Amino acid sequence: MAEKPLCKLLYVAQIDENGTLPSTPNNMRENMSNWIEASTTDGVNNEDVLRFDYGGKTFAIFRSPDDKFYATDGLCTHEKVHLCDGLVMGHIIECPKHNGRFDYTTGKAQGAPCILNLRTYAVKIEAHKVLINLE
Amino acid sequence: MKHVIIIGGGMAAARACINLRSHDFQGEITLISEEQHLPYDRPPLSKASLIAEDEPQPIWLLEPDIVKSLQVDAHLGVAVCKIDRIAKQVILADDSELPYGKLLIATGAKPRSLGPHVLTLRDYRDALELRKRFKLGQKIVIVGGGFIGLELASSASKLGCKVTVIEAQQRILLRGVPERIAKIIHDRHVAASVELLLSTVIEAITANAVKLQDGREIEADTIIAGIGASPEVRLAQEAGLVIDNGIACNEYMQTSDPDIYAAGDCCSFIHTQFDGRRVRLEAWRSAQEQSATAIANMLGETKAHSAVPWFWSDQYELGLQITGFADMGPVTVERHLSEQALILFHLAADGRVLGASGIGPGNSIARDIKLAEMMIAKSLKPSMQALVDPSVPLKSLLRG
Repeated sequence: MAEKPLCKLLYVAQIDENGTLPSTPNNMRENMSNWIEASTTDGVNNEDVLRFDYGGKTFAIFRSPDDKFYATDGLCTHEKVHLCDGLVMGHIIECPKHNGRFDYTTGKAQGAPCILNLRTYAVKIEAHKVLINLE
Repeated sequence: MKHVIIIGGGMAAARACINLRSHDFQGEITLISEEQHLPYDRPPLSKASLIAEDEPQPIWLLEPDIVKSLQVDAHLGVAVCKIDRIAKQVILADDSELPYGKLLIATGAKPRSLGPHVLTLRDYRDALELRKRFKLGQKIVIVGGGFIGLELASSASKLGCKVTVIEAQQRILLRGVPERIAKIIHDRHVAASVELLLSTVIEAITANAVKLQDGREIEADTIIAGIGASPEVRLAQEAGLVIDNGIACNEYMQTSDPDIYAAGDCCSFIHTQFDGRRVRLEAWRSAQEQSATAIANMLGETKAHSAVPWFWSDQYELGLQITGFADMGPVTVERHLSEQALILFHLAADGRVLGASGIGPGNSIARDIKLAEMMIAKSLKPSMQALVDPSVPLKSLLRG
């Protein structure tokens, strides 16, 4: 089982055309990250999905066949249906309503009827807890 | 081939444009639709579009900027008068003549009518008309206990209308839905105070009443027919194409003219997955899949249509999903996912899964129906004991 962040967020220094730093210094960014416990590692079955609600939003936590964890927005981009009722096959989640598909590792929509990609979130595992970064 | 013309403005037509370009077709694409709008999604018209508080906008299947990026020349609000197969051109109502290399007919189906006093639902304008009428206390009479009629009954009932459904058969959803599941839907309508009149024959329909053969008269502010749809075959028929419960296609979605293909509600085709049965499927996802098959073959592939049929219906909080052909399997086994969620597997005599029908709150049966669809596609023969036991994950049967 992976014990380190699987999709690390990279904070690349961005200096605008005038040479000034962005309003939030990059060295502050790490403090702004918002790691939330979404589940225990045992809480999500292999090749399956779990719904996680937090702060008025809903997320989907995925465990891939090779035991890696991923997180995306919880609602299909087509008609806002909870993806947690859908079937996970390999790296694909299929929406339970109209069979739209996404690669949950990248959020990419995989064809009809979905056009918009799913937002993804960084995930890390610490002490058998699945943490997602809601920054 | 330089020019593909698509006649129609629904799901099959929209997907054809996308599929042509995703196959790197470089030629011209012309889409001709009688509707004023670009292709939009029809399933919400009987549900969300009626219930939404604000006037709903069409949900585009091809947004204007996508049409532009796909370089589709869309002729909207114009009818095709004729397909001239000798000259390989279509003639429009404005007398323009457009030559084609290949043609896709995706003209859909039109609801059967019950005369001037009775509304039907097919397009966005129809939905707007029904919205105006689905008001608190209005008496809505729906003729036909099929999917459209029952979804409209559910929407009208949610909006506080007094709803009566008249069905000539002895039960609702006689075509394609097992009795066990139809009964659950029936009871849910009754619980919502929808009056269901079964085995009921209509004598006459006036502007504000439906007269029954038994002498009763049902008062109505609005009367709607949901008694099925006829495939829109006129152009194909006049062009001399073979018609057989729709425009007759082979397993490649090709009509009797090798340069003309058809997809969606307007056509029937040979389904290779089901012993070469000729089927016509009025279903949203199937229209996508048929269109994909038609375009692949139009562009030179040899791809028989094999996608397992699937459709859904939403009524109240209940979600129904059916995959394969529920009527083909002589053996039925039941899997209870919970007190409210149920799946029926329809098996052939040799144990092959041919269909599955599920009903439950929300999307509770979606996963298992999807897995059933995969079993059907693979012609699997899972053990009946495993199918009825909800503690055995269906996924494990798929792998075994």
